[in-house]
Amino acid sequence: MNVRVHMSMLFHLDKCIGCHTCSIACKNLWTDRKGAEYMWWNNVETRPGTGYPTQWENQEHFKGGWKFEKGYGEPDAISLRLHSRAGALAKLYYNPDLPSLEDYYEPFTFRYADLFNAPENTQQPTAIPISMVTGKPLHIESGPNWDDDLGGSNLYARNDPNHAGLSDEVKAALEEVDRVVFNYMPRICNHCLNPACVAACPSGAIYKRAEDGVVLVNENNCRAWRMCVAACPYKKVYYNWNTGKSEKCILCFPRLETGQSPACAHSCVGRIRYMGVLLYDADRIPSAAAVPDEKLVAAFMDTLLDPSDPAVVAAARANGIDAGWIKAAQDSPIYKFAKVWKIALPLHLEYRTMAMMFYIPPLSPVMSAMKDGRVRLELDDPDQDFELFNHLHKARLPLKYLANLFSVGNEDTIRRILRKIYAVRIYMRRKTVDKNIDAATLQALAEAGTSPEEAEAIYRLTTLPTVPERFVLPPYHREMAIETLRDPLSHKGEAGFGYNQPPRRGE
Amino acid sequence: MDWNTLLFAIFPYVALFTATIVTIYRSIYRPFSISSLSSQLLERRWLYWGSISFHWGVTIILAGHLTAIFLPQSILLWNQAPLRLYLLEITGIGLGIWATLGMFLLLWRRVSVDRIRAVSTPMDFVVLVLTLVSMVTGIIISSYYRWGSTWFTGIFTPYVWSILTFRPNAAPLLPLPFIIKLHVFNFYLMAMAFAFSRLVHIITWPLGYLLRPWQIVIALRKTRTDAP
Repeated sequence: MNVRVHMSMLFHLDKCIGCHTCSIACKNLWTDRKGAEYMWWNNVETRPGTGYPTQWENQEHFKGGWKFEKGYGEPDAISLRLHSRAGALAKLYYNPDLPSLEDYYEPFTFRYADLFNAPENTQQPTAIPISMVTGKPLHIESGPNWDDDLGGSNLYARNDPNHAGLSDEVKAALEEVDRVVFNYMPRICNHCLNPACVAACPSGAIYKRAEDGVVLVNENNCRAWRMCVAACPYKKVYYNWNTGKSEKCILCFPRLETGQSPACAHSCVGRIRYMGVLLYDADRIPSAAAVPDEKLVAAFMDTLLDPSDPAVVAAARANGIDAGWIKAAQDSPIYKFAKVWKIALPLHLEYRTMAMMFYIPPLSPVMSAMKDGRVRLELDDPDQDFELFNHLHKARLPLKYLANLFSVGNEDTIRRILRKIYAVRIYMRRKTVDKNIDAATLQALAEAGTSPEEAEAIYRLTTLPTVPERFVLPPYHREMAIETLRDPLSHKGEAGFGYNQPPRRGE
Repeated sequence: MDWNTLLFAIFPYVALFTATIVTIYRSIYRPFSISSLSSQLLERRWLYWGSISFHWGVTIILAGHLTAIFLPQSILLWNQAPLRLYLLEITGIGLGIWATLGMFLLLWRRVSVDRIRAVSTPMDFVVLVLTLVSMVTGIIISSYYRWGSTWFTGIFTPYVWSILTFRPNAAPLLPLPFIIKLHVFNFYLMAMAFAFSRLVHIITWPLGYLLRPWQIVIALRKTRTDAP
């Protein structure tokens, strides 16, 4: 057992209101620079939709992630979908799988000065859009959330790669105006356990920090071969066309190191985000990544270790993990949601990068239709009491769709999670509104594999968590890390240490 | 001191030392500035035709030059049969023309595509012109002064070795035609520009990728110690 620690984030999709505050907090903090305008380290996508960059999940096109190679007698293996080692060198001069700016959008601003400087005229002056690359006027064709709230859905939502396996009937239903459904999905870098960007970098400039698992680009070593951009299946590495270096989400490590949650999580209006430590077994990564699709979820969850198990704690201590981190792992909300209550999953495990950011799948509105001018549930009367609990096949957001996002196409996994969340809701409604927990409710809890105590705990951490409960941040002791490299006293009275050169484009 | 000595026995050391010292300085103290500065994100159609032909053509021709300098016998042995000599020469000219066409495309792209002009610096144009001079003179030499692969080993292999071993002897270059001298002098100009331009990315060719482990995990500290 090789125990390592990881900082993870969890997104409770049921609580996301799609306000993009996270994206703006991130943009203002990190990517409000020349060359980085089109980068959205954090973005919020409307689902169904094609996301950002458009169609990022279409790996036939973008070649991101790892592909499974059945062993036929030999052990099963995985290989980069993008290239072999020699293939990478052959593609240095032109990378056919790199997205172009058209797959994102050309960053734009408006020539506001025209509003003040325009000569007097019979018409109002306008501020025309100009490109932030060339400075010239441009016709805006798309933006980072062009399909927000299903805008242009006949172009975007209809072409969502996660529609794979949905019947034509269901697909048609998704487009009917009175049955239309969507949810929001915020995305940051997944700081994977088996990152494809790291494996694809010819210069070896990308690495995973051992302290907390954050995946970082060492821009001093980056040579702009751009393989990371193509290899990341989540398209969360971006190429800065101005500095000629790749950049990505850094999980706000300077904030984490000073005891603050990442800016996206900190600013989240819906309080959908949780931060916590997970312990994992690095020895199990190869076997967990190289398993057939149907075993992926179970194998992935097996790599996460129980932080209360004395054997795990001993192994963690032997690996030099600080007691403060183990304590944080024991209190981790991510561990509770993902492993104890088993209602959170990472995104697209079939890419085999072993993403470490978790999602709680969203519930659906009840299926309803207009009848005689009134909204009517499309459920038989005896069923309406428990709504979708027993009728998830009638949920507006098809189970298969959620399964394609979170459980490698396995609808049973999603059904189990949604039933548990519904059971918690039914139980809490009985308790707080009806003040009467009947046998049927307890039966529903049991059927969903949970208990009143667990339901209370899920309810509590879902709806009423305090800030310290949502963000269980470990002590980084950055000062001790610095001391191993430099003597802080010798820098007393100086502006600081580290890089003091501006990140200017080289000649 | 005559011009021949100045340009081909003294200037080479100025150029090569500048290239070496500044490259080392830049690698250590200005590592952020070293990048191939790809512009594929901004424009990919013309880059496809320009970059692949230019880079592969030049890479192979460069390898040929290095072979003739460091393993001259191999070239001479290969050229023993006339058919093989023709094959080598035709391949060389073909690659040269292919690379030059790619270079013209890249130059045209840099001038005419708005997005690319927005990320261009004066040094980019200096590099483009130097490279273009090098390639055009190379093509002229290989077509006017035939069988270069053979006479190169007689004239330039000893000359380059005399430079590399610090016993400069530019005498073999004296009787050569102007265009060949221009080709050589242009190389030293490129060496001068090397460390101050994007040319420096040539030495970052990532051969290490063939050997390194797939995943890289870096620990700042080997062991964690508890806070008191």
